[in-house]
Amino acid sequence: MSGFFDAALVESIVRALIPVLFAALGALLCDRAGVFNIALEGQLLIGCFGAVAGSYFTGSAVVGVIAAVLAASVFSLILSYGSVTRKAEPIVLGVAMNILAVGITSFLIDAVFHVRGVFQDPAIAGLHHFAIPGLVRIPWIGPALFNLTILGYLGLLLVPATSIVLFRTPLGMRLRGVGERPLAAETLGVSPASYQYGAVTASGVLCGLAGAQLALGNVVQFAENMSAGRGWIAVVAVMLAKDKPYATLGAALLFGSTEAIGFRLQGEGLAVQITDAAPYVVTLIALLFAARSFRRQRAAATVA
Amino acid sequence: MLAVEMRHITKRFPGVLADDDVSFDVRQGEIHALMGENGAGKSVLMSILSGLYRPDSGEILVDGRPVKFASPLDAIGAGIGMVFQSFKLFPSLTVAENVVFREEPTRHGLYDKRAAAAIVTQIAERYGLAVDPAAVTGSLPVGVLQRVEIIKALYRKAKVLILDEPTAVLTPQETDRLFEVLRSLQADGHTIILITHKMREVMAISERVTVLRDGRVVARLNTAETTGEEITRLMTGRDIDLEQSPPKSAPGAPVLEVSGLTCRQAGQKPAVDNVSLTVRAGEIVGIAGVAGNGQSELAEAIAGLRAADAGTVRIAGTDVTAGSVKVRRAAGLSYIPEDRHAVGTAPDADVASNLAMGHHRRPPLLQHGLLKRARLADFAQRLVDRFGIKVAGTGVLARTLSGGNLQKIVVARELDYASPLLIAEQPTRGVDIGAIAAIHKEIADYRDGGGGVLLISAELSEILSLSGRILVMFEGRIVADLEAAATNEAELGLLMAGGELAGAGKEAQS
Repeated sequence: MSGFFDAALVESIVRALIPVLFAALGALLCDRAGVFNIALEGQLLIGCFGAVAGSYFTGSAVVGVIAAVLAASVFSLILSYGSVTRKAEPIVLGVAMNILAVGITSFLIDAVFHVRGVFQDPAIAGLHHFAIPGLVRIPWIGPALFNLTILGYLGLLLVPATSIVLFRTPLGMRLRGVGERPLAAETLGVSPASYQYGAVTASGVLCGLAGAQLALGNVVQFAENMSAGRGWIAVVAVMLAKDKPYATLGAALLFGSTEAIGFRLQGEGLAVQITDAAPYVVTLIALLFAARSFRRQRAAATVA
Repeated sequence: MLAVEMRHITKRFPGVLADDDVSFDVRQGEIHALMGENGAGKSVLMSILSGLYRPDSGEILVDGRPVKFASPLDAIGAGIGMVFQSFKLFPSLTVAENVVFREEPTRHGLYDKRAAAAIVTQIAERYGLAVDPAAVTGSLPVGVLQRVEIIKALYRKAKVLILDEPTAVLTPQETDRLFEVLRSLQADGHTIILITHKMREVMAISERVTVLRDGRVVARLNTAETTGEEITRLMTGRDIDLEQSPPKSAPGAPVLEVSGLTCRQAGQKPAVDNVSLTVRAGEIVGIAGVAGNGQSELAEAIAGLRAADAGTVRIAGTDVTAGSVKVRRAAGLSYIPEDRHAVGTAPDADVASNLAMGHHRRPPLLQHGLLKRARLADFAQRLVDRFGIKVAGTGVLARTLSGGNLQKIVVARELDYASPLLIAEQPTRGVDIGAIAAIHKEIADYRDGGGGVLLISAELSEILSLSGRILVMFEGRIVADLEAAATNEAELGLLMAGGELAGAGKEAQS
């Protein structure tokens, strides 16, 4: 076991972290705007499919990313139209969207690519990894942090960017205000609906990026249900992080580590069933803690 | 010169004509009181003026020019700012952020915290509105939140300020401070519209009064030329006497004996600190105090809703210290809780069920373990008639009722037990003057029928007019025990703020 924690493990942790991070930042924006978005899993899966389809038909990974973003953000309109304009329950909508996404993509993989289960093809252009000269040589973290796809760098940079937008710009202040007291925002001429549409669409864009990273970066293929619970994990990550960007990075890191370590243990001969379950076990434990702090927060809110 | 003129405003909601051809004007630089009972149409009228609602017909002129408001933003743009009764603030944002929301000062595209703080400080100092710009609003007391709302309106260049029941949540001292602020705003050329039904305040601060009843203007008066009695008569359409007759007989046996009662709270001073008191049959004991000094906790501890850490509670001679709410009610407790929406009633149940709650445990409503629907309806109708509750029928949901009618339901239900002891917590908060008179009369009748009442109220006039004895609570302790006839509002206000009385009048115990 001496070689268990090595540079390759750190690298795979970061790889596992990026898609969850994108989705979690999307969830964070929605939460802040007052829309509880549990449709991330579906948005992510649609993003994966869009990425593979776009890249396969044009041979360009960039088009793949754009297609992923478009597909996932259009898909997210179901949530914003349903919950903001039609005032439906976002949880019910989210569950329906997640089931719908599995159905649509399973259907399309058969209808468009004429395969079942997994679509893999040399014509799918994957995302390049860009090594940053010099930095990439730093032992351990160099290869993990400075040899990423464009999306990988973008994801990491989005954490401070989100924090700045949220807490230091008028836009972020209004978004937070809308989520907390929509009526108060409305009396001041800030339309909650437009901020909520914006946040949900942003979550669509971010899930599109997550899907592209997953389907064109981490692997180069589309597999049925390949989001594999990452959207759900993102929901939990944000709950755990209480809607704070840096804490969200920390929570995503926790889940990324679980996934990567689980994968490594599998290599060491541990049963697949156990290692595959690891992220969900961590999710459950995290949820217990989140639920507890949730209650405390709510109690504090009622006192105030 | 008129600052605001509303001409022939009519506003209809499904089934209700809220404002019926109302014309209302306010002169530049005056403090104008808009009065009326709940449901008279004053809040709707002001919501129209602040752009929240659009009138079905009629026109609005500001500074002589016709205006049309499509949103509150338009009204703000025309210089009209409203301080709502339920504050429209963001609890997680700071005072400064709340003030500048949507009109944020920026530097290089980022929110400029320092500039915002400076803006707040400048307005605050000019009008004597003490606030800390960096404080998070969620943690602030209501008196401060109100100042934040006023600063918010002033930052948006409001020339006309509308305040909806601004003193409902304030102590007498805070009210005085608010009035000083309003006078300094007036001196600076601002126009102020005060929605209220507190007569004393109207007489003290306003120049003119407009009275609404049932959606129509019934009078426009100069305050100096009228009296509180006249305004009350105009508001209600009848004479109302809030003076209560003194008890008919001397107090009898104790119905509530509290001894050494203490409720601790983690990390803070005890909410209730070694409180001892006695209420006898046929007397009303008032508890005066600034909100948050342990009165609610004391009531909850007596009612069995909060565990006591020390002390004993005896109701009608039975020791119920360890008993549940059910045990205490069986021993002879009735309870009008402070929060009629969350504790006093079930909003999604109908009026009949709300009136029957508790009574449903025994005959005649319960028979062979089943509820008798017909008897329940009769029972509810009897209470509705006796207490003058205005409802379309006993089958309507409690949530559709006005605050006054909802409170009458709680009062009717609790008094119908005819228990030896009644704890009445803020029994008339937010209800209109007609309902106040009715509730006060019921409580006085209950006393004359031999019941003992522990009355907890933030309304000093209520405490003074109903109680025989008055206890003052400060920081969880009883700091004074006074004969109601021998004290007054000024003295009570001083004691409530933690002050001490000079001379021999002091009978404080702890």
